[in-house]
Amino acid sequence: MVPDVVDPALVLSVLMFAVGLIGLLARRDIVFMLMSIEIMLNAGGLAFVAAGARWQQPDGQVMFLFILAMAAAEVAVGLALVLRLHRLFGTVDADAADTMRG
Amino acid sequence: MLELLWLVLAFPLAGFLVLLTLGRTMPKRGVALVGVGSIGLAAGTTFAIAASYLTSPPPGGVFEETLWTWWHVEGFAPSIGLHLDALSLTFILVVTWVGFLIHLYSAEFMADDEDYARYFTYMNLFVTSMLALVLADNLVFLLLGWEGVGLCSYLLIGFWYKDPANVHAARKAFVVTRIGDVALTVGIFLLFQWLGTLHIEDMLARAGTVWPIGSGAAVAAAMLLLGGAMGKSAQVPLQTWLPDAMAGPTPVSALIHAATMVTAGVYLIARTHTIFELAPAAMRVVAVTGMVTLLLSGFAALGQRDIKRILAYSTISQIGYMVLGLGVGAWAGAVFHFMTHAFFKALLFLGAGIIIHCLYHEHDIYQMGGLRKQLPVTFWTFLAGSAALAGFPLVTSGFYSKDLILTQAFTSPYGSWWLWAGGLLGVFLTGLYIFRGVFVAFFGEPQRELERHPGWLLRIPVIVLGIFAVGAGFLETPDILGGVKVLSNFLGQALPAMAGHASTGTEIGLETAAGLASLLGIGVAAALFLGQRTLVHRAMETTIGRRVQRLWAAGWGFDWVYDRLLARPYAWLANTNRDDVVDGAVMATRLVTIGLNRGLSVTQTGRVRFYAAGMAAGAVVVLLIVVLS
Repeated sequence: MVPDVVDPALVLSVLMFAVGLIGLLARRDIVFMLMSIEIMLNAGGLAFVAAGARWQQPDGQVMFLFILAMAAAEVAVGLALVLRLHRLFGTVDADAADTMRG
Repeated sequence: MLELLWLVLAFPLAGFLVLLTLGRTMPKRGVALVGVGSIGLAAGTTFAIAASYLTSPPPGGVFEETLWTWWHVEGFAPSIGLHLDALSLTFILVVTWVGFLIHLYSAEFMADDEDYARYFTYMNLFVTSMLALVLADNLVFLLLGWEGVGLCSYLLIGFWYKDPANVHAARKAFVVTRIGDVALTVGIFLLFQWLGTLHIEDMLARAGTVWPIGSGAAVAAAMLLLGGAMGKSAQVPLQTWLPDAMAGPTPVSALIHAATMVTAGVYLIARTHTIFELAPAAMRVVAVTGMVTLLLSGFAALGQRDIKRILAYSTISQIGYMVLGLGVGAWAGAVFHFMTHAFFKALLFLGAGIIIHCLYHEHDIYQMGGLRKQLPVTFWTFLAGSAALAGFPLVTSGFYSKDLILTQAFTSPYGSWWLWAGGLLGVFLTGLYIFRGVFVAFFGEPQRELERHPGWLLRIPVIVLGIFAVGAGFLETPDILGGVKVLSNFLGQALPAMAGHASTGTEIGLETAAGLASLLGIGVAAALFLGQRTLVHRAMETTIGRRVQRLWAAGWGFDWVYDRLLARPYAWLANTNRDDVVDGAVMATRLVTIGLNRGLSVTQTGRVRFYAAGMAAGAVVVLLIVVLS
């Protein structure tokens, strides 16, 4: 049951998510990885907003506010982790912190 | 008075517990006092109970005393309960009194042994177990006594454990009787399954109503019970442990052979006689087992040089008579023979013990000789015991008890002429082998001086037993010789009447035949073994003579056959399987687990990006499953 016309906002959302995921997997700099996660969160938020607009419901925007709050909290924790990583390993390379390998 | 029945069990048990805990610290006199005294008290109590039972019999001739319930699961509640009737009363009288005399004898016989306390500890436990077996009112409690008897025989046969041969003999006794125990245990399970109770009286009553005569269940149950009896009572094919059981101290052999252990099987069959009566096929097997056993071991006894082994084969043979008696429905006859056998076999073992004790631990009868003058008391009592064993006509107890069984074998509907003929040949053999021992050991010229002379504690028991060995026969005599029926009337309350009835003419014929067979055996023994023994020496010079002698000395080679058939293949299997096939499978699971662990721990790279990729891939897979399905 594929709709005839896909909402362009959803297409943008998917593209943004893909960009974020590729950035997360390809980058080794942990700051860039955090930024990629932000892009992925925003992609999700955009999808909610688009869906809310499509069904004329306020729920989509409510969900976006949740995501916003969560992203703020995530950045607070993430930046603290970046600082600890830098102190311990003297680098912001995420792959350098692999001391817990099996 | 009958309420004090529990004391019969409690005295030996208390003696065992005291000796077990304090025995090491007690002086030898104290150990002897506790060890012998506990059995003496039990014997005295038994005597009082017997007197009370006879003067004011309980209703139905049965007195039951439930001490407590052992356990209670799902309606199955075996009790520690005692059952006294004519059968168990006869048994506990013999067990406690003969046991007491043997304990008294042991007090002097074992006086030089460093493990005096351990000896009496085991002996008291032995008597306790046997009394529990005989008095039990249900099969579970009976099995407890049954296994206790097996344990004590193991401990006492291997009493001098520093010699590996003794330990080997003990282990053999334990393992071989265990084969029978397995059959008995399975039989008990099946009886519970089929009859719903293990209380012996209820069970037998129910069996009589549920099973028709000759039903498959009755035959199966009877055969399994017989299997248990074969192991404990050393019947063919499980008889091989008994000759080796001579490794223990001589009074132990007396106790095993006369009062405890080997008669347990006879008791079991007599106790569960209803089941056997419902299974005529099993009765026939019982009778044939008894006859084969008594003949094989009678011949084997002829080939032995060790005085204790002669007596061991003789026990197997005499238990064979009891089993034959049970098989032909001569219930009272079998119990009568058990009683007389207990007296004369205990006497013979204790007499042999005196010889061994006084003659530098010599067992070989050909190294003895001339003991008639050196040990007069032992000689006369041993002679009385041998005459009773051989069934010397008219004056000995063995004649009357054996004759009762033989008459029944001939006349009972379960019997037949060939069972009788086998038994009669056995009478001849008995006279031959036991008087061979008497003539070789006691007659001729003395071979050497005695090491010491027996004290009174050794002599009193043999004298008392000597009196009983001769006198106990007059409790039950055939019709033509007075017709005293004290024992069979008494046992008639607990066991069915004997089936066979002989006319006076037949009875005279059977009595005469048995008496003549016995006299013939003694006469042939005298001709062969008194004096120069030229005939025997000449026979031993022929190849056949030597081969036969070797075959009999090895007890028909049962040990050899079992060794080739069972022991060696088993040892080979165990040796081949040194690395343990089953264990290999178990170890393989360990290897698989380790492999999986290695494989999985590779994925633990510690890199965050790798985990993120994994999560993304997983999400894709889940989405694909949701969308495509």
